[in-house]
Amino acid sequence: MGAGHAHHLYRRGDSPVHGLPPHTKLAAVLGFVLVVVTTPREAVWAFACYAALLAAVAALARVPAGFLLSRLAIEIPFVAFAVLMPFVVPGEQTTVLGVSLSVPGLWGAWNILAKGTLGVAASVLLAATTELRSLVLGLQRLGLPSPLVQIASFMIRYGDVITDEMRRMSVARRSRGFEASGVRHWGVLAKSAGALFIRSYERGERVHLAMISRGYTGTMPVLDAATTTRTTWARALALPLAALPIRLLALLG
Amino acid sequence: MTVPPSLDVRGLAYAYPDGHQALFGVDLTIGRGERVALLGPNGAGKTTLVLHLNGILAAGAGSVTVAGLPVGRKHMAEIRRKVGIVFQDPDDQLFMPTVREDVAFGPAAAGLRGAELDAVVERALARVGMAAYADRPPHHLSFGQRRRVAVATVLATEPEILVLDEPSSNLDPASRRELADVLRSLDVTVLMVTHDLPYALELCPRSLVLSEGVIAADGPTREILADDALMNRHRLELPFGFVPGSVA
Repeated sequence: MGAGHAHHLYRRGDSPVHGLPPHTKLAAVLGFVLVVVTTPREAVWAFACYAALLAAVAALARVPAGFLLSRLAIEIPFVAFAVLMPFVVPGEQTTVLGVSLSVPGLWGAWNILAKGTLGVAASVLLAATTELRSLVLGLQRLGLPSPLVQIASFMIRYGDVITDEMRRMSVARRSRGFEASGVRHWGVLAKSAGALFIRSYERGERVHLAMISRGYTGTMPVLDAATTTRTTWARALALPLAALPIRLLALLG
Repeated sequence: MTVPPSLDVRGLAYAYPDGHQALFGVDLTIGRGERVALLGPNGAGKTTLVLHLNGILAAGAGSVTVAGLPVGRKHMAEIRRKVGIVFQDPDDQLFMPTVREDVAFGPAAAGLRGAELDAVVERALARVGMAAYADRPPHHLSFGQRRRVAVATVLATEPEILVLDEPSSNLDPASRRELADVLRSLDVTVLMVTHDLPYALELCPRSLVLSEGVIAADGPTREILADDALMNRHRLELPFGFVPGSVA
């Protein structure tokens, strides 16, 4: 029962990074990721520089390395494929520790691993310093279409409500002696999922009724009218702007 | 110049698209500042009536007038601001990520912005004693607190009439009393739809009985609750041991 949406990705703090407006941070992360993915994979040193830049941001945001690294784990299912590449990609072979590996495969794996990790790390930093709600507001200010913003807002608001409902249904099932233990029980689970869908749909109708009762006409009023100064933008965009010359050098080299 | 009544309903009839007729000519008038209970058994048409008050359902016949303004397409925005409906489940009513944004929704939809909007939100939350919870997500509040925030969300638009659908349902006795204190402290017309007869007696000097789509009785709550024949006829029952005459 904390205040605010204390999502497990978010880390409360009042660092300069936390204080930046969410839309500037979103723009900065997007810019940084674009710079990273367009860097030639052979410029290994450039990726080291990018990592150093992110480390500097993490230090500024007072996000501990352990926090950041443990959340990078989300990447694992995606990079599993990269690990296979040196074994399956055809081409020139090389021998590492007695194992024959493909050179293009190694480069491919490195490419995915390095760019993926940097992208995920930047996103984790964004999530660690920006509340979920602010992220949605940031997207709204960056001009994301209103229906998408509304869908995201409702997901934040009703995620917990629906999870609770799901939990209550599961308790009710088990209270009547049901334990899902095999394929034979999938039918019951599927029916529960269907019931949950219908309940959520009906809730949606009731919420819509409550919304139009309070003057909803199709758009959500934008409530935060804070203006963003050039200095704030400059501070947020320092990350992609610092990364850009590294990429240019890498292209020349 | 006389003040028009907060709510005036004349000959209101309504049938659902599937042919089921719910209202058969409802007549009622609620003066400004009155607190009135709307009683009736399940299926009497109470919710249907409520949805007519702010134009969500359009009358098949008859009319609804709010503070002199006829409910209809022409004045819809104004009507929805004047009629504040508090729905039964606060999780339906509170659809924004934080309490503050939720309370701000109505006034913001009416065009309020900036410091003015903040002041309105603060005041509405203060009126229900929830000012300290402005930045909480509704999910992290107790049920009673959510119900009070739901009241604040409609108070924020300074409604002419507050319509509460089962305000005491699912509340523990303390939350129930706190909500009663809040409702008593408001200087606004209240129409309270409820099955909770002691609550109606506590808060509303006057009651209406809606039964089978018509107003079957209209009078002082105490007299209605004491009229056994009337109560039986409309499937209204007092809780065990409750004697209306014995309550001061």
